[in-house]
Amino acid sequence: MASSASSPVRLLYDVRVRAVLYQVVAVALVLGIGFYLFGTVSRKLAEQNIATGFAYLSRPAGFVISQSFIPYDSGDTYGRAILVGLLNTVWVSVFAVILSTVFGLVVGIARLSRNPLLAFLALIYVEALRNVPLLLYLFLWYALIVAVFPPVREAWQILPDVFLSNGGLIVPSLRWSPAHTGVALALALGLVLAFVVAAILRRHRVASGHARAAWPFVLIALLAPPLLALLLFQPELVVNWPEKGRFRITGGLQVTPEFTALLAGLGLSASAGIAEIVRAGILAVGRGQWEAARSVGLRDRQTMRLVVLPQALRVIVPPLTSSYLSTFKNSSLAIAIGYPDLVMVSNTTMNQTGQAIEGIAIFMLVYLGLSITISLLMNWYNARVALVER
Amino acid sequence: MAELTNTAMLGSGRSDRPQGWRLRFAGLKPFIGSPLNAVITFACLWLIYRLMTGAWGWLVTRAVTEGGPQACKAGHGACWPFLAAKLRFMIFGFYPYEEHWRPGLAVLLFLAALIISMIPRFWSRRLLWLWLGVVVVCGALMYGGVLGLPVVTTNNWGGLPLSFMLSSIGLAFGFVLGVLLALARSSKLPAIQVIAVVFIEMVRGVPLVSILFMASVMLPLFMPDGVTIDKLLRAQVAIIIFAGAYIAETVRGGLQAVSKGQHEAAASLGLGYWLSMRKIVLPQALKIVIPPLVNIFIGFFQDTTLVTIIGLLDFLDTVRSAMRDPVWQGIAVLEGYVFAALVYAVFSYGMGSYSRSIERRLKTDRH
Repeated sequence: MASSASSPVRLLYDVRVRAVLYQVVAVALVLGIGFYLFGTVSRKLAEQNIATGFAYLSRPAGFVISQSFIPYDSGDTYGRAILVGLLNTVWVSVFAVILSTVFGLVVGIARLSRNPLLAFLALIYVEALRNVPLLLYLFLWYALIVAVFPPVREAWQILPDVFLSNGGLIVPSLRWSPAHTGVALALALGLVLAFVVAAILRRHRVASGHARAAWPFVLIALLAPPLLALLLFQPELVVNWPEKGRFRITGGLQVTPEFTALLAGLGLSASAGIAEIVRAGILAVGRGQWEAARSVGLRDRQTMRLVVLPQALRVIVPPLTSSYLSTFKNSSLAIAIGYPDLVMVSNTTMNQTGQAIEGIAIFMLVYLGLSITISLLMNWYNARVALVER
Repeated sequence: MAELTNTAMLGSGRSDRPQGWRLRFAGLKPFIGSPLNAVITFACLWLIYRLMTGAWGWLVTRAVTEGGPQACKAGHGACWPFLAAKLRFMIFGFYPYEEHWRPGLAVLLFLAALIISMIPRFWSRRLLWLWLGVVVVCGALMYGGVLGLPVVTTNNWGGLPLSFMLSSIGLAFGFVLGVLLALARSSKLPAIQVIAVVFIEMVRGVPLVSILFMASVMLPLFMPDGVTIDKLLRAQVAIIIFAGAYIAETVRGGLQAVSKGQHEAAASLGLGYWLSMRKIVLPQALKIVIPPLVNIFIGFFQDTTLVTIIGLLDFLDTVRSAMRDPVWQGIAVLEGYVFAALVYAVFSYGMGSYSRSIERRLKTDRH
């Protein structure tokens, strides 16, 4: 027995040996291809005299970016330019996600309405948005904005000091100072505190069985930090009024048409998908759940909050995650209409420096990192709402 | 006793049958059942009225049907002459004008093959040969060089044939890649599993735009000297990789739905891994994932529009080029988009309804 098992031919037929062999071959293949490609690339780059490495990030960029949330001018570094692009990507994605969730929720519920007209309109909305490519919609919204609104010189003044033209929407804005940042941070702190207080009170209520009103405590936790910060920092209220010159409007906060078109395109197209997700989620909760909840004496709103919604969320959350993720990734289409997002800024950088590999590596890593972060967060949330089996 | 209570409860339910004058208006109840509902109904009616009159006015009453760019500039409606003048360019792009019948025929062949493969009766291995034949014939038609057809290089390919080609070849090869990746990911060998997971998650974690960029900018650097890959082919490879990763996840769902007993039964018959996968597991898994696969196909048909970002002339790009034509620039700013949207919508909606009907069919099959 022992001698036959150790014979080399027999060894090859052993399932375990084969498993190891296959894996070694696969890993060797992947590593081999990787090394070969790396070798070719470095040789070619050396031949073409293209610098490698990330040193270029600290060189001045020399191009302007039409929209930025941190101070930026063409004298700043490439690294800062890419950061500006990243912030623009996150900014438009966050708004698009909010827009798509609100619209998707409304349309998804409207799809289930007992009023056939409303259900029909919601169906038309979903089908019209789902069956046409997002990129086409981006071009269409952009073309519509440019075609419908007047040129900057004849900008409509829809409200005092609010201008609308094909150069974008311009509204008065606050002149931002560190004191404002302090208040904003305090507001965020208040939000977190409110959630913590609510959770502690809920736990207490569950443990003791006493139902006491929780909202005063939550409200205090929410409002105390920002009010304190207001008193402490005393931010100045200086408004940056837009002024209409002969050719352009200066000052104020400008919402560019590129941003608007991208936001509308991303938000609306995603909302159609979310509407279907919401509809499927609500349909997945059986009628019996409503009836059972009523029979134990729950009111309609309580039924919705305590019985139906938790079960619907279980169905809704996983596809909702992928919808948010694809909205975030689709924001890279910004380059087609000229919104300065991460990809577009990286593209300009690549054209100027010729360092394509580094440029692509940066934005791929950023997307990958943020995608993984979002999906981990949503998985954590999903694990919380998921059905605990056995 | 229990039965009695049950019947009593059922009997006590309010009768929904309308009586008397109510009978006559029963059909209206969903529309004006309650005050809120009535408001919703009228709001919807108003919206539908506005949309219909708006569309009718733009497309018909205010539309410009005769004349050239000047007439369209003066008018306020849809510019039909633009569509008439530019239709063939929008569909076929820069393909030589006299040879338009070739991509036209290729599209017809493609659509015929698509319709044949949509009919469940023809689902068999022979479909693979059909598609192989169609791809070869279409490729020969488009490229030329055989049977006395003049050669048309790929830089002149464009329009709808290119969109169809990118999406269908992308799906066909992506399907093969996807199935292999799905098998690798659900394999028991850890190293192979890790390779598959890393590949799938990396591709799914980044936008298609970035993969297209990589293919168009980085791929030439990876190739050994003297090897240049056509720009079209590079985009095609990017789409195949992207499609493969997404299809892999869908197919994996199907693989998980096949019960363990099937694997065990196959093993007890003495079938090896590949044989049991090919004969037992995959046929069952793939049948389940047909509807989501069709949806993926719709998605990729729409996503091929992204190749315009790296400078390929797909349908959306030829439409935009037509609108940028100096003669028409600034005049027909929406017409092209509306036309393109209609083409995409008709195709996507058709495939979508097909996917839903297949889903219904599979559901009834199982019960």
